[in-house]
Amino acid sequence: MVREIEPPLVQKEFLLAALAEGRRLDGRLPLEMRKVEYIFGEELGCVECRLGKTAVLAQVTATIAKPRDDRPYEGFLLINSEIGPMASSVYESGRASDDEVMITRLLEKSMRRTEAVDREALCIIAGEKVWHLRLTLHFLSDSGNLLDCAAMAGMAALRHFRKPEVEVIGDEVIIHSPDERAPVPLAIHHTPLCVTFAYFEDLQPILDPTHLEATLCEGTLSLTLNAQREICVLSKAGGTPLAADEIMGVVKVGVDRVREMVKHLEEELEKDRSTRVVEVR
Amino acid sequence: MSSSRLEILNDGGLRHDARRPYELRSTSFLLSTHTASSSSSSSSSSGLTPPDGSSTVTQGLTSVQVTVFGPREPKQRSQAAHDRATVVVEVGVVPWAAGGGGGAKRTRGDKRLQEIGAAIRQTFEPVIMTHLYPRSEIAINVQVLAADGGILPTSINATTLALIDAGISMLDYVTSISIGLHLLQPLLDLSQPEELDLPMLVVASLPSSGKITLAQMETRLHVDRFEEMLSLGTDEKSGR
Repeated sequence: MVREIEPPLVQKEFLLAALAEGRRLDGRLPLEMRKVEYIFGEELGCVECRLGKTAVLAQVTATIAKPRDDRPYEGFLLINSEIGPMASSVYESGRASDDEVMITRLLEKSMRRTEAVDREALCIIAGEKVWHLRLTLHFLSDSGNLLDCAAMAGMAALRHFRKPEVEVIGDEVIIHSPDERAPVPLAIHHTPLCVTFAYFEDLQPILDPTHLEATLCEGTLSLTLNAQREICVLSKAGGTPLAADEIMGVVKVGVDRVREMVKHLEEELEKDRSTRVVEVR
Repeated sequence: MSSSRLEILNDGGLRHDARRPYELRSTSFLLSTHTASSSSSSSSSSGLTPPDGSSTVTQGLTSVQVTVFGPREPKQRSQAAHDRATVVVEVGVVPWAAGGGGGAKRTRGDKRLQEIGAAIRQTFEPVIMTHLYPRSEIAINVQVLAADGGILPTSINATTLALIDAGISMLDYVTSISIGLHLLQPLLDLSQPEELDLPMLVVASLPSSGKITLAQMETRLHVDRFEEMLSLGTDEKSGR
């Protein structure tokens, strides 16, 4: 595994001194996120999300597959998230680093295990044909906090995606091309989004750490929440020990932030929808 | 396995294995359990180095053995840090351990195991006084011998004991437990069937300060319910 060069001590001291005064190197407040930007692709289901200089491109595709024998009513949602050297030179292709495993597992837990997408709604004919959704995440650039960015890109792509309308007559399945009938959105129960906090000794937590902050911090806490004030995933693996009320404190901050983030995502999706012409015949 | 038919809490307030909600499973903590560690002279003649510390922790039907090697010279030079020890964790599950879990075979490269390993490493790195052992490595080997829910909390408890057995300086003990929630009733120390059915939170804390080093939850739960579970977790662990 390639080990990253540790940042110089001067930089570390400067960062900590600035944080002690409640400032961060990029001028943000401790609990301020970087600017979130969504860039919607030509195709439905293709979204690039940017969080400062971190960028993740998400693409949803759908094919028709045979369901599993023990779950004849359920479609598939496959999340493909491999971090390649494009994001940063510390990631090797083919070999999963600890970070990559964490990101992949957390995404998997927050999107699949919490049933963000109704998988039974992906059924076409029970036991015969179901939709197989594939969410591919391309990590374009890592400037810290890949996880939050990937979660936003993934959920945005799933909500942006439209699957072709299908008609079932007897045993026959007709898939209408988008030119014939307007494609339909996926049935999505909730929009889980992720927020990451970084901890430094004796300092208050900071939201959305940059790459440098993430390397120097003592530990991180990632939370996946939805707008209904539900915690979907909470992951604090080691790092600085915290009291229970400190954890509750960041959970409360997270709840507010996620509500804003979901609102922003919905506005962006609405803006994009208004630019697309759907002809009704 | 149709876990939906399982009655989590019956009318008498007992769980499926006749425990009360806050009752833990029968636990046993054993130190120096690795066979080579008891007779180190005989094994060292065979050329194998016995582990410096080992322990076996059994919680109900879950059993985990941990061996600790180190502080020693790192296997890979590049992994050494000039001012502290590095902690390396390897997690394995014996093929016959996955009871009730559908018999899914887990290999060393499994993402789930890698995640457990990373969680253990990150939990212990700040607790072990790594600055006392510069340029060295502390290797923790976790072997799950029988799995019936709560692999992570059992592994953390076992690792604490194995590190103590190895004589490695630590700031505090680390103790861990899983907490589930059935309707409004929190349950402690979940077994495998309960784990599949209930939202579960794993908490590891330092008993002397009551602070939480690890908290992991994977199921959807309302923030207010979470608050109750978290405070219960820290209370119970400090009682250990």
